[in-house]
Amino acid sequence: MSSPFSINGGACVAMVGKDCVAIACDLRLGLQSLTVSNNFPKIFPYGDVYLGLTGLATDVATVSDLLRYKVNLYRLREERAISPQTLANLVSSSLYERRFGPFFVSPVIAGINHTTGKPFICGFDSIGCIDFAKDFIVSGTASDQLFGTCEGLWEPDLAPEDLFETISQALLNAVDRDALSGWGAHVYIIEKDKVTKRLLKGRQD
Amino acid sequence: MPGFDFSNHARNAALHAQGFPLPKATSTGTTIVGCIFDGGVVIAADTRATSGPIVADKNCEKLHYISPQIWCAGAGTAADTEFTTALISSQLELHALSTGRNPRVVTCMTMLKQHLFQHQGHIGAYLVVAGVDPTGVGLFTVHAHGSTDKLPYVTMGSGSLAAMSVFETQWKSNIDREGAIKLAADAIQAGIFNDLGSGSNVDVCVITKEKTTLMRNYIRPNERERKQRSYVFKRGTTAVLREKVVERVDIGKYVTVHEVPLEAEGEKMEVDA
Repeated sequence: MSSPFSINGGACVAMVGKDCVAIACDLRLGLQSLTVSNNFPKIFPYGDVYLGLTGLATDVATVSDLLRYKVNLYRLREERAISPQTLANLVSSSLYERRFGPFFVSPVIAGINHTTGKPFICGFDSIGCIDFAKDFIVSGTASDQLFGTCEGLWEPDLAPEDLFETISQALLNAVDRDALSGWGAHVYIIEKDKVTKRLLKGRQD
Repeated sequence: MPGFDFSNHARNAALHAQGFPLPKATSTGTTIVGCIFDGGVVIAADTRATSGPIVADKNCEKLHYISPQIWCAGAGTAADTEFTTALISSQLELHALSTGRNPRVVTCMTMLKQHLFQHQGHIGAYLVVAGVDPTGVGLFTVHAHGSTDKLPYVTMGSGSLAAMSVFETQWKSNIDREGAIKLAADAIQAGIFNDLGSGSNVDVCVITKEKTTLMRNYIRPNERERKQRSYVFKRGTTAVLREKVVERVDIGKYVTVHEVPLEAEGEKMEVDA
């Protein structure tokens, strides 16, 4: 039988550019081979930081809500927005707390640290091990394909407009080779004081 | 000590009983080594993290800080090595503060083995503990089930056989600092090139009575070449159905802060004397 990670399907990717970061996800929600929805975004904003969650849809919903609760409490207590690095450690310890009963999710974080001005991305396994990457992070049922497209298309210091094309083509071409992902995509291009959200035209099969 | 949350365990066990496989955690595949020399100890590690056959991270850090003079190299389940060393590091700091003494390597090793033995091997951390304390130089290995070894040179992880073959052919007693660094780095390189679970770069940490030197990416034998041409798409390649631009909202948009004139009438606060 299939793994809990591949019941609902879905893909997510984050990339670093020059003074910008990008995060993108597909929109499919399925039950094995039956597509239930083509409007199930997997990226959640927490202030200026964005979190992508793929895996078991029930856990995607639970984890995104749990973190929204924790990030809101953080903002009230600290009277400031959470930084990407702090969110990464919060996600990591929240997942490791459930080391012996994990959530079936593979989170991805993208954001710009407003103190240092530096772009930041990272990924996690389901028990909270952080993968700090300087180039790109992939997750979901199309992660093998995404590794291929990102490794081939990504290059350093892409401008926001070029980063959008690169991440969009990397995602679109990866999910077209995965039966469980696709059905449209959301792309966020995050710059220092501007975020652009785009809905992509993707295959509906 | 923080506890684990088992609230998903019943659901996951039921799912597993139905035939769903367990999730695969990031493993550090790994070659890690340690070697004692005259007046100190050196530990080294490769920098590959794997998830099944996929290379998840090409340049991860496997040398973990415990205290300024005690460092740990970790193999096995990546999250477990990360959190176990962080937990013991924290407990050891408090222990050092309450005793007013520098922490000892044996203390660290004992805390690690007791923690791992309590969890009966379910915490998959395989560690090389090294450091210098008032009693001298210490080098240990700690296995996930709680067993420990104390040896002049040690290797662990999937590349341990390749690394140990280097130690067994080249190690000699009374080795000096430079010789130990070279030997440890060679042992890691044996793992990088002969073990599929290990790869990328060599990280080294040298600890002496005087100071600790962490040499991140001490050797980089697998440098990636720049692509021969650019694969940037022409702008406008991707079809966009909808676009929304959000300018970063300054908090001042919702909260305004005004300077209040000091001597404003009726605003004066009554103070004694």
